[in-house]
Amino acid sequence: MTAPVLSTSPRRVTIALSLLIPSTCVVIGATLAFLIFPYDLSFLTRIVIMMIFVVSFDLILGQAGIATLGHAAMYGCGAYAAGLVSLHLSPDPLFGLLVGAVAGAVMAWISGLVLLRTHGITLLMISIAVTMVLQEIASQARWLTGGADGLAGITVGPLLGLFEFDFIGQVAFIYSVCVLAFVLVLCQVLIGSPFGLALRGIEGSASRMRAIGTPVYRRKVTVYVIAGAIAGIAGALAAQVTGLVGIEVFNFSLSADVMVMLILGGAGRLYGALIGTLLFMVVHHVAASIDPLNWLFVIGFMLLIVVFVLPKGLLALPGHLARLLRRTS
Amino acid sequence: MSLILSIVVDGVAYGMILFMISVGLSITMGLMRIINLAHGGFALLGGAAVHLLTTRLDVAFVPAFLVAVLAVVLVSVLLERLLYRHIYGFNELGQVLATIGIVFIMIATVNLFLGSTILPLGAPAIFTTPIDLGFRTLPFHRLVVIISGLLVLAGLWFLMEKTRFGIYLRAAVDNRVAAASLGINTPLVYLVAFALGAGLAAVGGILGAELLPIEAYYPLRYMVLFLIVVSVGGLGSISGSFLASIGLGILDTAGRYLLPGVGTIFFFVAIVVLLALRPNGLMGKAQ
Repeated sequence: MTAPVLSTSPRRVTIALSLLIPSTCVVIGATLAFLIFPYDLSFLTRIVIMMIFVVSFDLILGQAGIATLGHAAMYGCGAYAAGLVSLHLSPDPLFGLLVGAVAGAVMAWISGLVLLRTHGITLLMISIAVTMVLQEIASQARWLTGGADGLAGITVGPLLGLFEFDFIGQVAFIYSVCVLAFVLVLCQVLIGSPFGLALRGIEGSASRMRAIGTPVYRRKVTVYVIAGAIAGIAGALAAQVTGLVGIEVFNFSLSADVMVMLILGGAGRLYGALIGTLLFMVVHHVAASIDPLNWLFVIGFMLLIVVFVLPKGLLALPGHLARLLRRTS
Repeated sequence: MSLILSIVVDGVAYGMILFMISVGLSITMGLMRIINLAHGGFALLGGAAVHLLTTRLDVAFVPAFLVAVLAVVLVSVLLERLLYRHIYGFNELGQVLATIGIVFIMIATVNLFLGSTILPLGAPAIFTTPIDLGFRTLPFHRLVVIISGLLVLAGLWFLMEKTRFGIYLRAAVDNRVAAASLGINTPLVYLVAFALGAGLAAVGGILGAELLPIEAYYPLRYMVLFLIVVSVGGLGSISGSFLASIGLGILDTAGRYLLPGVGTIFFFVAIVVLLALRPNGLMGKAQ
């Protein structure tokens, strides 16, 4: 009985190693960024947090093909949950992340039960409406959330009881990169599993998957909850690192930005989510610092170019170019 | 009793604004199956043009209104020829992204020339004249809004039911391919319907500026509201849009009067429940 296991074990090792590739790339990239831009760590941390958020959106849009415009709902729930926990319960950052993940997952579960029964424009509408309801609750429940002023003065204790968060943001950056690496491994495992295959099948044709016996609705709810948990982690991380949570975490534009970043890089691929986020955040940052009023022009034109010229995202660019070269030669 | 009447009058006025702005969106989304998130942008452009003409160039309100609507129609024809014609073929996601891109560019354009503050429209003084209805007084403006809404409804009904263009449009809504194969010039029908929708959005944006003030971020701020009206009413249904607008207008107003604070939550929860129960909207056809 042990023989076949032994014979496949090298393959298993390679598979296990290949799961680590995206995380390794991220860690190498983050190390370089850390060394080259030591004074921009807070911006880099924001990029890393958005990457976690966009990767979670890739699970539902890229893998399962569920297009929603309300992903900020889970991010915001995670942020508020982590903020409240650190203000009232425990300053431990990892505990805060856990609570954020649970909050995101619960929100995704409750809203997903309704959302995922619909599709197309209705799904887009309800997902936006859910976020609006949450924003309204957050702005009305002043005693809990601080209303329009938001939660301020969130402080977190030292990481693992050892590393204090410093003013330059070194610990915060390393902490965020570690969380991103962990999330990437998790997503790789998920995508490679039979569950991940079922999701891609649903993306291709839901009715075909239903015909071969996949419980489509249940699979969708499951992936929505997992993505919600990861989005909650991203929100919690943002709350801990910046020390504040405002009702703008439930803004429509956050959900739209996430979609743009994913499509920009290429939906359905983890690298696409990472590259799209990086590019969007940098362009946004540079455009906003050159002209704080008119960066929307840049984003708007970028969107049109992506949709018209590169509908499969930047990751498809090398393939396009290669085909073009082959045709001309 | 007078409270209920107040809610009804305010709600109907608000609903008429919603109707004028979103009926065009309902036609374009129903006819062309395109999710046009930039629709509110046409209302913004109309309002911005009137602001420009009345406050900076001292044109009287009525001619400014007509020029602004005409200008928006021209812009929409240009955009349709240059961009939207290609967007029709995209999938849902591509349409969402492309039209978000267009709305960003519209916002940035208004922002560049007029800034991001609220743009007052030089409305004539008669708009604020109070009209006594017996149970309360009402600014004349509300009456104008309600009457224009009814005129738009009647005009659209006439256009759809009694004219050749209406027949073509309904044919194209029901089955684009069959309509085209019968010799109907569907690209032209699309163009006219799109321009009509944009023009109506401009009318609604200008007349509704008292309730939904014009500013650069107008299309994003109210986009959800317009889309909700359309999806609650049902895509492509004029009567559905009308019922949904009036219903949502009254519901939202009632929420604000009776449950201040939680009214908006109540409003959105009602919509989530309604859409969960009837994904195609009140008057929508199953797709």
